[in-house]
Amino acid sequence: MSSLVARRRHPAAIAVVLLLGLILTGGLYAAFAPKNADAASGDTQAVAAGHNLFLANCATCHGLEAAGGDGGPSLVGVGAAAVDFQVGTGRMPLANPAVQARQGKVQFSSEEISQLAAYVASLGVGPGIPPSSLTSGGGDIAKGGELFRVNCAMCHNFAGSGGALTRGKFAPSLMDVSGRHMYEAMLTGPQSMPVFNNSNLSPQDKKDIISFLQNVKTEPSPGGWSLGNLGPVPEGLFAWTFGIGVLILIAIWLGKKAA
Amino acid sequence: MTAVGQERAHSTADALRADDKKDAPANKDGGPVGAVASWVDERTGSAKGISYLMKKVFPDHWSFMLGEIAMYSLIILLISGTFLTFWFVPSMGETTYTGSYVPLKGVQMSEAFASTVHISMDVKGGLLIRQIHHWSALIFVVSIALHMFRVFFTGAFRKPREINWIIGLLLAMLAMVEGFIGYSLPDDLLSGTGIRAMQGFILSIPVIGTYVSYLLFGGGFPGQDIIPRFFTIHVLLLPAALIGLFTAHIILVMVHKHTQYPGPGRTNKNVVGFPMMPVYAAKAGGFFFVVFGVTALIAGLVSINPIWMYGPYEPTMITAGSQPDWYMGFADGALRLLPGFLEFNLFHRTWSFNIMIGAILMIPILWTVMGVYPFIEKWVTGDNEEHHLLDRPRNRPTRTGLGMAAITFYGILFAACGNDIIAIKFDLSIDDITETFRVALIVAPIVVFWVVKRLCLSLQRADRDLLLHGRETGRLMRTGKGRFFEVHQELDAYQRWRLVDFVSPEPMGLPPATDEHGVRRKGARKERLRARVSHYFFKDRIEPVTPLELAAAHHDGHATEAIESHPDEAESGHIHGGAEEIGASHAYGHPAPHDKQD
Repeated sequence: MSSLVARRRHPAAIAVVLLLGLILTGGLYAAFAPKNADAASGDTQAVAAGHNLFLANCATCHGLEAAGGDGGPSLVGVGAAAVDFQVGTGRMPLANPAVQARQGKVQFSSEEISQLAAYVASLGVGPGIPPSSLTSGGGDIAKGGELFRVNCAMCHNFAGSGGALTRGKFAPSLMDVSGRHMYEAMLTGPQSMPVFNNSNLSPQDKKDIISFLQNVKTEPSPGGWSLGNLGPVPEGLFAWTFGIGVLILIAIWLGKKAA
Repeated sequence: MTAVGQERAHSTADALRADDKKDAPANKDGGPVGAVASWVDERTGSAKGISYLMKKVFPDHWSFMLGEIAMYSLIILLISGTFLTFWFVPSMGETTYTGSYVPLKGVQMSEAFASTVHISMDVKGGLLIRQIHHWSALIFVVSIALHMFRVFFTGAFRKPREINWIIGLLLAMLAMVEGFIGYSLPDDLLSGTGIRAMQGFILSIPVIGTYVSYLLFGGGFPGQDIIPRFFTIHVLLLPAALIGLFTAHIILVMVHKHTQYPGPGRTNKNVVGFPMMPVYAAKAGGFFFVVFGVTALIAGLVSINPIWMYGPYEPTMITAGSQPDWYMGFADGALRLLPGFLEFNLFHRTWSFNIMIGAILMIPILWTVMGVYPFIEKWVTGDNEEHHLLDRPRNRPTRTGLGMAAITFYGILFAACGNDIIAIKFDLSIDDITETFRVALIVAPIVVFWVVKRLCLSLQRADRDLLLHGRETGRLMRTGKGRFFEVHQELDAYQRWRLVDFVSPEPMGLPPATDEHGVRRKGARKERLRARVSHYFFKDRIEPVTPLELAAAHHDGHATEAIESHPDEAESGHIHGGAEEIGASHAYGHPAPHDKQD
């Protein structure tokens, strides 16, 4: 004990403490960091095929080593989930850069997408593709609704109909998005969307939100035609066009009746 | 029943009663209904008033029914609103939802929201009545706005109706406030956002804003008090005020008698139309059911304010596309357009004029402008006459232009309120839309004023042309002498009446600046201003066709041209003057004989 105290002013002490601190932090991180589901696929064949696809279709912007280039960010560490979302919804490969990549025609087969995902996942540790038990509904829709209203509705609107952001960007409608892609979007935060990692929204929370949205999509509207679930603007337009229009036509008819 | 029918009925009845006792009391005039009526009259003296009402004459025109739509919507609102109060719980008390709507099961919410979901999901017919109430509220304010446009553009606000114009403005404002408070009551995500926005508006009032907010909310936002307080205002105070003002509005219509559009036999001293009983009562009564029916049809088929999807309000939540109902949209739009630099710090306070101008000041300013307009126009025209004949909008180009400019201004604010919806639906940048609207808010009303005024003047010229030259039939005639001309068909007296029966005020002359002694007159400057405004209003006036001009046009083609001073056309006056050669009756249809020109 006394020898340790005596050596506390040794020139090497600071380095030793620093080293111990780093080892501790790293060790704790390794112990508690979120694990990836099935990210790093051992299938070297898929990785090789994915690499070839990458070189042919993505390297122009993302660089030959996927470390980022003129037009695109580095893909090291984005994980298989990001690839599955971006390529699986047709946002990538990007036809031309704009304020926001749009959902479009999917350019690759699902096998090719999984090969690309395997390649990107092999570059660095990142979020993996979620298992279907988390993405196909069956969660608590009431809780999912609350979580959606707290975390998502300010951009995506109360019914997931989408909303406007600044400078032509927008939060898209969620009505035609698959549960898996929703989950991946929450996990990876594409474009303007924030990341909702697992300590932010647990996998169960994400499952609840997806279940809520799937319920919104399938439940019948008890009030009749929903007018797109966009709030009071379409309601006002309807009152100004159809509502008062019909009444005025009838008033004209009544006025004519006299003559 | 016709008189003949009545007689026949009487005679049948007499035949049946042939064997009855002769000393039975003779059937009094009017039968049992008449007996009840005179019983009531002897105790209340109501016969005179009712007979006055029954004989009251209403002119027929569809635009007179816009106010009626508002009146019927008000009745629908009272009926459906009463139904809703049977189940609505105006309380901010916390509760856990246990009703039948699964996506909200177990969610914490206020009793106000829970009871609204209960009405929508579990009360039989509750959702239909809620949707009738809400759709009817939207249509109520739409019809008020259109009714106001009609009154403005036809000049129905002129003497003696200025007071009623102001009552109408108050009604419109109360209707908006009533609607906004009703929108706030269910305590769903949207209405909570609305109340939060309103609290922000109140806070933007310099110095006293904070105190007013604490007073209204009974403490900080949201507190427990706001929903019960709003409920009392929504079902008690404002409906009473609305009905009181509405009664005054209707009584004044009775006192002033209804206005009418110019037409055959219609003057400032009569009303041409149908009496209340039986024609108008049937029409108006029928129209009530039409309005109710159409509202119910819409409410049955189209969803409005799906509060179960919005979910309960919590101050941490907001949804994209948070808008007020349409009638508050223009104020929200003004907020979206006002530039941020209007907020600044001075004297250790924040002055939020970027909010206050749109949310607090704009409505009183606009309403004041609308309220004083009749008096401004009266001052400009110097017109002290009573007016019961309406103007056709084209005959008052400056007023029509001003009105359309105001509607444009309003419409741009209204559209700006939906800038986010426009952005996603038309794939535009919300910033570009806002910038465009900012420019348009200033420029568009000016352009619209100019265009509308020119359109009115052109329409007036077209009217004049039609009167003087008749309708071009497209029939070409050749006279015995080999001349060709096109037959113009003259308007008949009925059609003509509408086009000539209007007054076109002349611009006031500039008054002398000094009196006979060369001293500057008192008030000369004011009069000069008035003359200048009057000149602006009426400088390019187009005179109504006088009988003299009309006669000249019909009897002598040359004379018309002379009046209109088109020397080149006077040479070839036979383009339509050729009618004289084959007899006037062929071409113009008026029998007045006159000499041949050539």
